[in-house]
Amino acid sequence: MRVTIWGCRGSVPTPGPDTVGYGGNTSCVEVTLRDGTALVLDAGTGIRALGLALAARGTRRIHLFLTHLHFDHLEGLRFFAPLWDERVTLEVWGPRSPVQSLHDRILRAFSPPLFPLDFRDVPAQVTFHDLAAEPWQADGVSLSAALVLHPGPTVGFRLETHSSSFAYLPDHEPALAGIEGRSPDWISAGALARGADLVLHDAQYFEQEYDAKIGWGHSSVAHAVAFCRAVDAGRLVLFHHEPSHSDRALEQLEERARELTRSGESSPVLAREGMVIDLG
Amino acid sequence: MDTQQQHRQKHLVLILAREFASNLSTPTLIADAHGRLVFYNEAAEAVVGRRYADAGETPLDEWLAPFEARTTASGPLPPDRRPTRIAFDEHRASHERYLVTSADGVEREIEVTAFPLFAQLDEFVGIVAIFWRS
Repeated sequence: MRVTIWGCRGSVPTPGPDTVGYGGNTSCVEVTLRDGTALVLDAGTGIRALGLALAARGTRRIHLFLTHLHFDHLEGLRFFAPLWDERVTLEVWGPRSPVQSLHDRILRAFSPPLFPLDFRDVPAQVTFHDLAAEPWQADGVSLSAALVLHPGPTVGFRLETHSSSFAYLPDHEPALAGIEGRSPDWISAGALARGADLVLHDAQYFEQEYDAKIGWGHSSVAHAVAFCRAVDAGRLVLFHHEPSHSDRALEQLEERARELTRSGESSPVLAREGMVIDLG
Repeated sequence: MDTQQQHRQKHLVLILAREFASNLSTPTLIADAHGRLVFYNEAAEAVVGRRYADAGETPLDEWLAPFEARTTASGPLPPDRRPTRIAFDEHRASHERYLVTSADGVEREIEVTAFPLFAQLDEFVGIVAIFWRS
């Protein structure tokens, strides 16, 4: 299982010289399985470059898993090259709302006035699936999803093989319902991340920034570290970078994460566009 | 996520309900979809006379039994008239006024409102019961 980060910025794309080090594209992560199957997590603007890479590789079967439908996790889908190739089969998985299917929810982004074309014009073979309670299985990988704390229907993912595990929680505010003093089963996404070798977790804010944004659905760097500690996770990759944070600010955030880390815990690192993590 | 972890993980709706209840000054309890009491708040601890941390998860019916629920006419209150049982079995909201014997041995008249919690696709994840002391 190999994890490649194509976009790790939160909320809105932030191109420019101040963000070129860690990247300005919004959430998109590729997971490559042994047989070459491409799993894509979220469709932020990072998916545009990934789409070009998949087209160049000739990948024709793609599974896209959406954590939720906030624009920074969906806006790249319309510019995902495989979508415009009739030879491609794209399976899209994501949370339904209490009253609407995933299909109906996504179609709103594919119609005027938000987009000039209608989804019926898409040539790829696209199927939408509401995420099920049972884990999804493919090529020795199990993918589990569960609702997590973030405004609106939002899930996190856990991918697991016989030898490694990876939790993807790009938008997550577990502190809103408590982290410290709680057993993992009472922590939002506790089971998804429990004992995971790698956790990509929301760390949008410094602690002092978080105080003014409680309830917005994102974590401070301290909460990201505390969450990983509470669920006994391994390596923490700080994800969903605040749009106003320059590369320099992000490096200060990483320093802060390392200050909060205790002896014996692995050092957190910043997610960066182009980062590849091989989990074996 | 293995089967045991799936079983142990509390649904997000229960996690949010617990956080809500823990900030209320009204006695409130939460049970999961399996009929297990999974939390009661500090206000309820004062009525029950026992901290939740000491009680732990337990079948709701077992936990409620010592309160000896009776109608306001002092007759036994059948289980199918108890709001918690109605919310759990029939998945609908219910409200009832009745008598209980508290942990201190004093008989008190209370009102109980219980309602089911549904998540996506009408998934039943548990109930909330609120005790209004008269």
